[in-house]
Amino acid sequence: MSAVLETLGLGKRFGGIVATDNVSFRLERGARHALIGPNGAGKTTFVNLLTGVLPPSSGRVLLAGEDITRLKPEARVRRGLVRTFQINQLFADLTPLETLSIAVDERLGQGADWRRRVGAHADVPREVAAVAERFGLSDVLDARTDTLPYGKQRLLEIAVAFACAPQVLLLDEPAAGVPESERRGILEAIAALPSEVAVLLIEHDMDLVFHFATRISVLVDGALFAEGDPATIAADPKVRAVYLGEGGHG
Amino acid sequence: MSANASLVRRARWRWPEALVWVIAFGLLFLPPGKHLLLNEIAILALFALSLDLILGYAGIISLGHAAFFGLGAYAAGLMCKHVTPDPLAGLVVATLLAAMMGLLTSLLVLRGSDLTRLMVTLGVALVLHEIANALSRWTGGADGLQGMVVGPLLGRFDFDLYGRTAYAYSLTALFILFLAARRIVHSLFGLSLMAIRRNRLRAAALGVPVNRRLVAVYALSAAYAGAAGALLAQTTAYVSLEVLEFGRSADVLLALIIGGAGWLYGGLAGAVIFKVLQDTLSAGAPQFWMFWMGLFLVVLALVGRDRLFRLVRR
Repeated sequence: MSAVLETLGLGKRFGGIVATDNVSFRLERGARHALIGPNGAGKTTFVNLLTGVLPPSSGRVLLAGEDITRLKPEARVRRGLVRTFQINQLFADLTPLETLSIAVDERLGQGADWRRRVGAHADVPREVAAVAERFGLSDVLDARTDTLPYGKQRLLEIAVAFACAPQVLLLDEPAAGVPESERRGILEAIAALPSEVAVLLIEHDMDLVFHFATRISVLVDGALFAEGDPATIAADPKVRAVYLGEGGHG
Repeated sequence: MSANASLVRRARWRWPEALVWVIAFGLLFLPPGKHLLLNEIAILALFALSLDLILGYAGIISLGHAAFFGLGAYAAGLMCKHVTPDPLAGLVVATLLAAMMGLLTSLLVLRGSDLTRLMVTLGVALVLHEIANALSRWTGGADGLQGMVVGPLLGRFDFDLYGRTAYAYSLTALFILFLAARRIVHSLFGLSLMAIRRNRLRAAALGVPVNRRLVAVYALSAAYAGAAGALLAQTTAYVSLEVLEFGRSADVLLALIIGGAGWLYGGLAGAVIFKVLQDTLSAGAPQFWMFWMGLFLVVLALVGRDRLFRLVRR
């Protein structure tokens, strides 16, 4: 197995606080991996280091063997490291069609084209339509994003990331806040992601984690605390003590 | 393809738009008297359009947009005096110089909050103002740049005392640059700007190179402001330090906010309202017109707040 995303001794300090402590982490090609940890364990900081929103204090990030530690967020996206956001960060007054188009335009290197009108390329709407179909958004492509049911907005969040053609997809609490009735659609969409895309799921919801992941890493106080397959993690008394016991999800 | 059709919907021409331009060009045939005012309106409209490109489409707020306006005005003035009296050559050179200045100073507005940008843009304009003041050998300093003899437009149309040629010239420049701006904001580039203005972090997460796009639109906006400055210099055959003053940056921001940022016509509407108000109010009491303007602004802000960042929908 080869790692598509790897961190080597990654660390981040904010003044005297160590938010990420010497994390060496591997995400295998096509993995279904979950990252869990109690509140304040440093999951968000870790994701920000991976995506380039924050510069690390120490260590390196490798994507498919290439050092991307110094690359800007958008450059990482173009190389296939894409994330979704925990709280919706969608463009409220744009339509899903426009939002998806932006992602596809940039991927095809057409985002700087100021001469041709939006919609003048036939390939963009075609790709957008295909992505929308996969995530069940075809019927709402022309609605304003903020008028969509929350479940659809969460699906759009994942669809937009998918439209960037990820090698690695970081899903940050994809089902958070979604009503039970709409949850199924999201779980199905995640389960149906193509197997060649490596998925790192950052999640609190233990049902979702154990349902989805074939490998689990536990982050505590900024450091990797434990890692293994779901059965090992679930049986680990130390993990139960710091995490599973607290959450009460079982 | 239906997806395609709905993507172009924002870019579609609507009949009121055509009407606006028919009226604007129709005003050329008014009897002499109002063309000087109309010329000023067209120039302010172009200036406000330039500010709309960064404020309304990229979310960059500026209190020093006069820096580019003034640079364009002086460039056109000096071109006329020392190089060629041809107005079009001056307009092109002024526009290009302002664009280069925009490119240089764009690096200063990429980072930081709105407050930082207010300070930085204000500072750049102040610096240019003092440079123009200090270089009095070239700019005439506080006396202004005098002795411009602007050649006939296209070698045929002289700039007359009543301002009809001036208005035709400024309006045509405004129209052409407006069409270009309209095309640009409805392009793929424009769509990525819309994403940046709404949420930078999110735009970057979609793979949009945020800084490069902001640099590009800032330089474009500076070019437009420079063109507006050049038009003023050429149609009045005079440049004073006033083109770089804070008041000019403030006026254009007022005009744009009155008309509404983010839909291109805001600058045009704002310029008409601003200039007409100025003209009517100051006819009664020239020194007090700003009182009424201030009152109008307070009412507008309290009553029509949601219009400040209005976008044309559907």
